[in-house]
Amino acid sequence: MSVTVSVTVNGTKYDVSDVEPRLLLSDFLRETLGLTGTHVGCEHGVCGACTVLVNGDSVRSCLMLAVQANGAEITTVEGLGTPVALNTLQAEFREHHGLQCGFCTPGMLITGEDLLRKYPLATDDEIREGLSGNLCRCTGYQNIVAAIRAAAAKRAEAVT
Amino acid sequence: MKPAKFEYVAPATVDAAVEALRAANGEGKVLAGGQSLLPLLNFRMTRPAVLVDLNGIKDLSFIELRGDRVAIGALTRHREIEQSPLIGSKLPVMAAAMRYVAHLAIRNRGTIGGSLSHADPAAELPMLSLFYGASLLVQGPSGRRTVAAEDFFVDALTNCLEPEEIVVEIEFPILQHDGWAFEEVARRFGDFALASIAVSVRRRASTIEDVRVAVMGVADTPLRLKEVEAKLRDIAIDNQTPDRFSGLVTSCVSANGDLHASAEYRHHLLGRLARRAMQTALATKG
Repeated sequence: MSVTVSVTVNGTKYDVSDVEPRLLLSDFLRETLGLTGTHVGCEHGVCGACTVLVNGDSVRSCLMLAVQANGAEITTVEGLGTPVALNTLQAEFREHHGLQCGFCTPGMLITGEDLLRKYPLATDDEIREGLSGNLCRCTGYQNIVAAIRAAAAKRAEAVT
Repeated sequence: MKPAKFEYVAPATVDAAVEALRAANGEGKVLAGGQSLLPLLNFRMTRPAVLVDLNGIKDLSFIELRGDRVAIGALTRHREIEQSPLIGSKLPVMAAAMRYVAHLAIRNRGTIGGSLSHADPAAELPMLSLFYGASLLVQGPSGRRTVAAEDFFVDALTNCLEPEEIVVEIEFPILQHDGWAFEEVARRFGDFALASIAVSVRRRASTIEDVRVAVMGVADTPLRLKEVEAKLRDIAIDNQTPDRFSGLVTSCVSANGDLHASAEYRHHLLGRLARRAMQTALATKG
């Protein structure tokens, strides 16, 4: 059995036929579309490395079938900024040294984007609660929290 | 770590979904939010021949007031419940508990019908359905029937549904209470609870008129503690009430231990959470 999947990823429309229904969205992004910025860690929804935005909401791409994304708009880490034009959150991750090995970073950035849009992020507790679904084995989280705190402050400045 | 092959169907109506399950002859599995089922598929702990995806059924996603009850469609996402002003005002204990339901990305996708059907003994929504005395509307080949939450959870990860039945909606009675609390401890915020308790209290002057209590994370299913509720009815409130409540709760629950926490620790934790919850519930109104 195979199906056709039509999705918009980072603004580009893709129509892919011959997709097996059992193909995970994470593998579809990485292997079918070649967008390897989305990382695959645990493949059972615990580590958060594969988090992408689906219609604006952060979602574990290993817990969604590619066929379920048919018709959706997806943003992966490649869609946030470019190496020469990082978006605000990416720039703060660089500024605050919010990554070491970088494996968890795509998920951290996408989750951070969703948090910045949905929550006040007035306290570090709120940031930590929001990040609780994303595991990092290098940083101890301190600088990731600092980067998101700084991005939240910039967002507040931009609004006022 | 990839699902085994399956046939995929995405019906547009509940009738068609039930028919697809019936045709699968016991080899079908319902996919709602997928936040529990996809891990099981990825691990190949379950290998259904047919996956029936409910996400194309539009009229299963709603939150509405029906007199003295709030009805929630089975496909309503956790995040919608968390954000709903109606839930906030009518089912405040549920509203308070929603932020403990896994993590943001899981809440964006997971559904109430899926969480109840999965019947995890340490998940918030199954416990809340017992707490509120909810009723579940389910549909199968012979039509629809209503199941009380207290009859729904049979064992850990086991509900009372037939293989071709689907949860359609859940009705939660609105509780009249003067104070309430929800307490939970997990090893990491958003993880499954080591222990959790929901309490609400209705009082008449300085007497407890009625109390409602449910716990989870300490047994094979969530539990409503009717025995404790009965013992506290018409009891005068004093500064010993939280301790007395804590003692009653721990005396009628024998916790299970696992690799996350020993039985002794869970039992101890539940007692502390019970005391704290009763303190909060009684502090709401003088």
